[in-house]
Amino acid sequence: MSAVAVILIGMVINTRNALSAQSLTTGFGFLERSTGWDFSFSVIPYDISDTYTRTIIIGILNTLLLGILGIFFATLIGIVIGLVRTSKNYLFSFLGTVYVETFRNIPLILQAVFWYSIVSHLPRPRSAHSLGDVAFLSGRGLYIPWPNISIVALGLILLALAVWLFLLPTLRTRLPTMSLFRMIKRLGWIGLLGAMLAIAYVGRIPDTPLFDIPKLAGLNFKGGVRMPPELSALVIAIALYGGAYIGEVVRAGLMSVPRGQIEAGYVNGLSNFHIFTKIRLPLAVRAVLPSLTNQYVQLMKATTIGLVVGFSDFFFIISTSINQSGQTLELLAILMVGFLIINLSIAFVMNTINKRIALKGYEVKA
Amino acid sequence: MVTVAESNLPPRSSWLAIMSKRLFDGPVNTVVTLLCIGFFAWLLYWIIDWVFLSSIWSKDDVEQCKEATGACWSVIHARHRIILFGLFPFEEHWRSTLACVVMIVTMIASCVSWFWTARRLSILWVAGFATFYVLMQGGYFGLTTITPERWGGLALTIFIFAAVSIIGMPLSVLLALGRRSKLPVIAKLVGLFIDFFRSLPLLTILFTAAVITPFVLPGWLQGDKLYRVIVGFAIFFACYQAENIRAGLQAIPPGQDEAGLTLGLSYWHRVFRIQLPQAFRNSLPAIINQFVITFKETSIVTIVGFFEILASGNAAYGTGEWTQHYIEVYAFIGFIYFIFVFSLSRYGAYLEKRLRVGHV
Repeated sequence: MSAVAVILIGMVINTRNALSAQSLTTGFGFLERSTGWDFSFSVIPYDISDTYTRTIIIGILNTLLLGILGIFFATLIGIVIGLVRTSKNYLFSFLGTVYVETFRNIPLILQAVFWYSIVSHLPRPRSAHSLGDVAFLSGRGLYIPWPNISIVALGLILLALAVWLFLLPTLRTRLPTMSLFRMIKRLGWIGLLGAMLAIAYVGRIPDTPLFDIPKLAGLNFKGGVRMPPELSALVIAIALYGGAYIGEVVRAGLMSVPRGQIEAGYVNGLSNFHIFTKIRLPLAVRAVLPSLTNQYVQLMKATTIGLVVGFSDFFFIISTSINQSGQTLELLAILMVGFLIINLSIAFVMNTINKRIALKGYEVKA
Repeated sequence: MVTVAESNLPPRSSWLAIMSKRLFDGPVNTVVTLLCIGFFAWLLYWIIDWVFLSSIWSKDDVEQCKEATGACWSVIHARHRIILFGLFPFEEHWRSTLACVVMIVTMIASCVSWFWTARRLSILWVAGFATFYVLMQGGYFGLTTITPERWGGLALTIFIFAAVSIIGMPLSVLLALGRRSKLPVIAKLVGLFIDFFRSLPLLTILFTAAVITPFVLPGWLQGDKLYRVIVGFAIFFACYQAENIRAGLQAIPPGQDEAGLTLGLSYWHRVFRIQLPQAFRNSLPAIINQFVITFKETSIVTIVGFFEILASGNAAYGTGEWTQHYIEVYAFIGFIYFIFVFSLSRYGAYLEKRLRVGHV
């Protein structure tokens, strides 16, 4: 123990000497200074006179955006691949195997630079690929339509959805019969959808259509939202790479459902569809959640490779800040705490879901 | 002679019957099968056409690349030395090649079961690694000295992978044993250490090792940037591998260790003769998987400024006439990675089957 203490004290003294030799001050005062440098992408408006605090927050938001988009699409791909790989048709499941082995055995960073080269070599906006005349793919990124809704209206819509989802389990226990609950549930969903559309229409930014569709104006597109090539390439890479891993997790989950459960479904005369939605899927979801959490945390950490294509994610912002301000140790501490918080939050959310849906007495081996 | 057990087995259906049952029972399945056949045929044709039929191979035919519909392998032909060797001096490339071959042979040899004792495996790896190092670094036997700053390409990738493995494996065993220590202070501290490193992205650790450690360590301990990064990488690797080994240790029935105790074996004897062999066997798939992941992750060192195969690939198509041919370069690098990673993971699957892990 004392040896460890001596080493630590020695390191601290050494650090102080090294820092004073370069006449660097320690402390977090620099966070209030403005940065004075530009970066490629931001979710919220910014300019180069923003403070370090705001710039770092932008970095965190960018990382979260990239992580959430990547994880979302990776999960979609993973579910499809997991289903394909558990198909009893050999050739069809082999298709899934080819996908998994291709995308899992090539480093993510190589895939990211590959997609970045592809996306940034796409034609100029003037000769962009049109996707049904509402979205456009060009070397300057992907242009997609975006609803003209104010933040308040968006908040109201999300609130309505949250309240409804919160009410559902209560209704289920309070209502006398199951059929009544089903009817109310159906009506409720339709009503909710109508209400959300109404809020969106009323709450849109005055005198604009509901959707802002990108249009070619001169040399570039106007309107809509632009997904820059860096972000698009990274989302594609993370979705394809993560999809291969999540596909394996989903497959393991589907295969872990005991045969007896499925056979019991057949004996009770359930259709294939019902056996899947009522027996296999619910049991598989419970089996895979812990390893899925793991994959999500891994993918979130993998977003740091954004640096290689110049996407201004959390790590990019921190490393540029280190270069510009020289406050190495403080910025590194912020970086580590930031990732700790993001990853612990993912684990917390997933573990909460896991506990909520756990079946008593049905132990699943991971 | 047919045993009772064999004669009681259900009759085996023929290969053809299984196929027709799996592929052609019912109209939906038949359609899916036909679609799959069509897709695979198209994919195979497209790949063969792009790679072989419509492609340009010689570096003298660069002009034809503009019209060719297939790959333009001229870029690989002209620039493969940069991709494979980076900035290594041109006339010394044979040393880099030989070093890579030595290391690959070492990797393959360690897959042979004759080497699977702690002593043989460590002798093999230390010998292989030392040969690699002497060949690359030089300075002995009349070889000119080439410092690590000029290493690059595939050789650097393999060097980082081998060095991380050779430092990380013993460290991971120590960490795993430490976390299971009977002394709560050590177990808690090691646990904290492992969880801390596992919660961070690898890139932040490599970045810290490359940029920050010069502040923290006294000059004589800093070493070259490459070695700092390797040590950081090895610690990261060891933290993950330690958890795999610990899982294997936990799966051993307590009776095994108690049997050793009653026979009067010392702690280290029990660890090396009873616990670790079984732990490695139990968690072999996870351990090999970690090696697979580590090989892929060596590509991340390109961000902290090393000229490994990905960075050298970027440099290879970065000049004038080759800028249009990035796809060929990435395909080439991807293929190299694929060979390494795929064979390693197939070997893991084979071992799993052979040792019947999970069927004990």
